[in-house]
Amino acid sequence: MLALYLRDLRMGVRAGGGALTGVLFFLAVIVTIPFGVGPDLNLLARIGPAILWIGALLASLLGLDRLFQADREDGSLDLLVLNADRHMLALTVFVKCLAHWTASVLPLVIAAPLLGLFMNMSPLGIGAAALTLLVGTPAIVFIGAAGAAVTVALPRGGLLISVLVLPLVIPVLIFGVTAAYGAVNDPDPFTPPFMILCALTMFLAVIGPLAAAVALRSGTD
Amino acid sequence: MRLIAENLSGERGGEAVFDGIGFVLADGEALVVTGPNGSGKSTLLRVIAGLLPHSHGRIAFEGDSEDFPTVASACHYLGHQNAMKAALTVQENLQFWRDFSGNGRLGISDALEEVGLGGLGHLPFGYLSTGQKRRAAIAKLLISHRPVWLLDEPTSGLDKASDARFAALMQDHCAAGGIIIAATHLPLGLEGVKTLEMGRVHAL
Repeated sequence: MLALYLRDLRMGVRAGGGALTGVLFFLAVIVTIPFGVGPDLNLLARIGPAILWIGALLASLLGLDRLFQADREDGSLDLLVLNADRHMLALTVFVKCLAHWTASVLPLVIAAPLLGLFMNMSPLGIGAAALTLLVGTPAIVFIGAAGAAVTVALPRGGLLISVLVLPLVIPVLIFGVTAAYGAVNDPDPFTPPFMILCALTMFLAVIGPLAAAVALRSGTD
Repeated sequence: MRLIAENLSGERGGEAVFDGIGFVLADGEALVVTGPNGSGKSTLLRVIAGLLPHSHGRIAFEGDSEDFPTVASACHYLGHQNAMKAALTVQENLQFWRDFSGNGRLGISDALEEVGLGGLGHLPFGYLSTGQKRRAAIAKLLISHRPVWLLDEPTSGLDKASDARFAALMQDHCAAGGIIIAATHLPLGLEGVKTLEMGRVHAL
């Protein structure tokens, strides 16, 4: 399993892995917002956490279509399914998700504090947004894996994944943004939505890979 | 050790490709599956590996030990694709499959030596020629032990010398008590093998 994690991580980091694409997209979204919204610093600070979250959400959906498609095209997916007796397929999917998150989504979380400066967010707000992103983005990848497994056989499944997955990640977005707001706006609580966000991630860490494994098993042809 | 298929039928997209296929293979036996394009050779191999469901019949593997409880766990599957990543080196690719598949047998450099790619382990897989890629994929059969080899057009892209070398590897596998099922158009250079001709039923 460690071998699979390391292999996928290497693939993501090396040329053609697309790890940088997400960060560049994220950067493009966040940098464009102040130009569109105007130089109202208070407004920017207020919408900052939400914009960071939406940007990170869309950016992390970008590379999801390659999660299984690359393995399917070169035949690796057959062998991963064939080895299901040794390594439970859901666990294989889980490890692939972790590797994808480390290579493609973790850079977004690391870039988020820097991009928060563009939105005139307070240091506390930036910290809270980064923390909620760190905890919440794995959930996006886990649901995304199910979407990627369903569309694995489609040549241009990327957009379809986004359409399939977006409604399912709305709760993650809501609780992530609520927690990020709760940290800076005084009467709003931080801990309850943050805990629900953690719970969502853990819940989806089980459901997502299981669903993806079922889809992959019936999708081999 | 036996691999048994009884009255097997396979379908693709709801359409029956073959039916009534049955065979029993014991230690050291090889089965060559031949037939025209579209007669279901690849489908048969995928059905045996469990990658496609079979609509009727039974497929079972009776092992000598508890190492391989199911058919899928006992199989090496060499499909049309090589299951290697172009961006990683040959060494990294093989090391991954060796770690992931378990039951390690030959070391990476020994396996590469066996298929005549000695000293090329450091190259990215994408730099190899078609035949070399195929040989690297064949090395995958050697690095971890599986009693059953399912080979789908294993020698496509190989030159004569590699063909002969691969035939020797298959003979060694059979001599060590392994089972081989190969779907191919080309003679594999194996002696004393059973043959299964697909597509006869449909032709009649």
